[in-house]
Amino acid sequence: MGGDIAIRIEGLGKRYRLGQSVNLTRTFRETLVSLPRHLGQRLRGSPAAAPAGTGAGDGAPPGWFWALRGVSFEVPRGEVIGIIGRNGAGKSTLLKILSRITVPTEGRVEMCGRLASLLEVGTGFHPELTGRENIYLNGAILGMRRAEIAAKFDEIVAFAEIEKFLDTPVKRYSSGMYVRLAFAVAAHLEPEILVVDEVLAVGDAEFQRKCLGKMESVATGGRTVLFVSHNMQAVRRLCTRGVLLHEGTVQSEGEITGVIDAYLRSSAHQEPNAEITPDMHRTYPPAYEIHRVEIRNAGGEATATLLMDERFTLRLHGRAHRPVQGLRVGVTFRGGDGARLATIVAGPDGGISTGTLQGAEDVLTAQIENVFMPGPHSLDISVKSGGGDWVDFIEGIQFTVAPVSSSGREPILGGYVRLDAQWSHAGRRSDAA
Amino acid sequence: MSPQPSEEAPALVITPPRGWAGLGLRELWHYRELFGFLVWRDIKVMYKQTALGAAWAILVPLTQMVIFAFIFGEVANLPTDGLPAPVFYYAALLPWTYFAQSVTMGSNSLVGSANLLTKIYFPRLILPASACIMNLVNFAIAFAILALLMAWHGLAPSGSALLLPLLLLMALVTALGASLFLAALNVKYRDVRFAVPFLVQVWMYLSVLLPFSALTPERFGAWRYLCGLNPMAGVIEGFRWCLFRTDEAFAARAEAPWPLIAIGAVSMAAIFALGLVYFRRTERMFADIV
Repeated sequence: MGGDIAIRIEGLGKRYRLGQSVNLTRTFRETLVSLPRHLGQRLRGSPAAAPAGTGAGDGAPPGWFWALRGVSFEVPRGEVIGIIGRNGAGKSTLLKILSRITVPTEGRVEMCGRLASLLEVGTGFHPELTGRENIYLNGAILGMRRAEIAAKFDEIVAFAEIEKFLDTPVKRYSSGMYVRLAFAVAAHLEPEILVVDEVLAVGDAEFQRKCLGKMESVATGGRTVLFVSHNMQAVRRLCTRGVLLHEGTVQSEGEITGVIDAYLRSSAHQEPNAEITPDMHRTYPPAYEIHRVEIRNAGGEATATLLMDERFTLRLHGRAHRPVQGLRVGVTFRGGDGARLATIVAGPDGGISTGTLQGAEDVLTAQIENVFMPGPHSLDISVKSGGGDWVDFIEGIQFTVAPVSSSGREPILGGYVRLDAQWSHAGRRSDAA
Repeated sequence: MSPQPSEEAPALVITPPRGWAGLGLRELWHYRELFGFLVWRDIKVMYKQTALGAAWAILVPLTQMVIFAFIFGEVANLPTDGLPAPVFYYAALLPWTYFAQSVTMGSNSLVGSANLLTKIYFPRLILPASACIMNLVNFAIAFAILALLMAWHGLAPSGSALLLPLLLLMALVTALGASLFLAALNVKYRDVRFAVPFLVQVWMYLSVLLPFSALTPERFGAWRYLCGLNPMAGVIEGFRWCLFRTDEAFAARAEAPWPLIAIGAVSMAAIFALGLVYFRRTERMFADIV
């Protein structure tokens, strides 16, 4: 393949069994019981061997679905390409195939050069090992050679700012230190192709700025980067080209501005106050499901439009399908351009005790002061277990802030939020002697 | 225009897997450093935050030896081929404990590293292999006790002891074969978690408690060689033979273990091949279903 193409993807498809991650972990007994039926299907033509159709959703035998179908595009060497799309659009499946974690069902990928993915930072960290040991271990897991790690060791330690704790087991690290170290190792990878997921947006603001800076230097350093994010600002800033995935197929591809516009136009409008459909969930059914999000205005009415300074109520209706320890429910508010404005969390450290969220019908209620500027907004709901694993994720619940405050019309200024500022003035008039 | 193509970074082609996957030795070699790091990690972590630490490596076979020597040697009076019961049983429990721990850890290695499987690519074979390699450390520690026991009973090792590494290799390959099969099965069926301790226990009775000399030719004829289908029988008989053949009482009673070892080697190859083939066939689904 040509020297100036880093990745060529042709007709890539991946088919999963519905609810695969849950249902395939069967017990022997279940398999033995269903064996006669499977053999019957085999004889009549196995579903796994069914011919491929065209387009996502087509040609999949019952109980199977295409997470990705007929995806073709090329990434030129040195290009920073943004992969955008809703949850379930196939972004993570694509990344998993590119990083060879899972195999495609059809199609072909050609790649020039070593690919490293930052799908999850800190993978393979062992809590009992020291910072020093984990740098080596994690580096090797991410694909660095021993000599490479040794050469960058000091740089990594300095970047993570953990000099004093190098020989402390990481289980004694604060979560901030842990994340910094994990990112520092990943950031010093030097693959020809780098896959970056939004999870990088971790840590405190200072550290985030450092991360973005690092990303930018990688991007401008001639490396090929695949950047996956919901933050359209970051995508716009870092990427030159983009690919928009929708329901497993490429919906738009090309120069980044056009792709972002297509995304913003097409992104699903899930209204609040309605039952959330199974396809809005990352996997269904999750162990704990948020099945309804209500927004109520100051008057207690369900609405999708809020006034500017209104105190509103957010009600999350959840139900447990399987017990999970120490659930945390997070709500992220986004601006019309996808920028993350604020996140609130209900969980053991947010006043909702562990074990509360186990019922068949839970309602979590938050009273929130609306500080957002007028315009379209959206909410993402994330549910994580005590151990930090994803349980449920719903994105793109839309609401609008009207350009009206409870006290009447207010001037619309730039920015995302209104700050309550108390001005005062001290000084002398210049013309006073 | 095209800066350094192929040489360092050959084009990688990803396509749906078809048919039989090869051994992947080349790839294993490519990932040798990661392999090394994982073994190092497992050894390093094994006895962290334990009160007894590496003493566990000795404690397990030693305790079993005491029980076996008492119950089977003193109470049941099973034959010990003219050897003191403690030495007789410890020499068997040494390779056995290595094998049992390797299979137990190996069969849990994939499920236990689910977070690695779903996030990073590397040859999956590394995980069960690492479990089988790292247990060699425990074996080495426990071996020191055997030397002490032999000295205590005034037994000198024979020159055949140089064959011990080969026998240990046989135990390793068998353990790896069984681990590959069970680890892959465990990803799909969590029953394996419950089945392995049971399986290991049954396997132990067949390996440790059944000295080959107890199966007399008069009663069992050629059928007695059937127990050689268990490679560990050959390994254990071989261990005893290599260690104690200079002892007159033992040499007078014990039978050369070569037929057992030969049958065991064939059986080992079959177990390893079955494990490897099943592992390679199911490997591609691990990340999707683990």
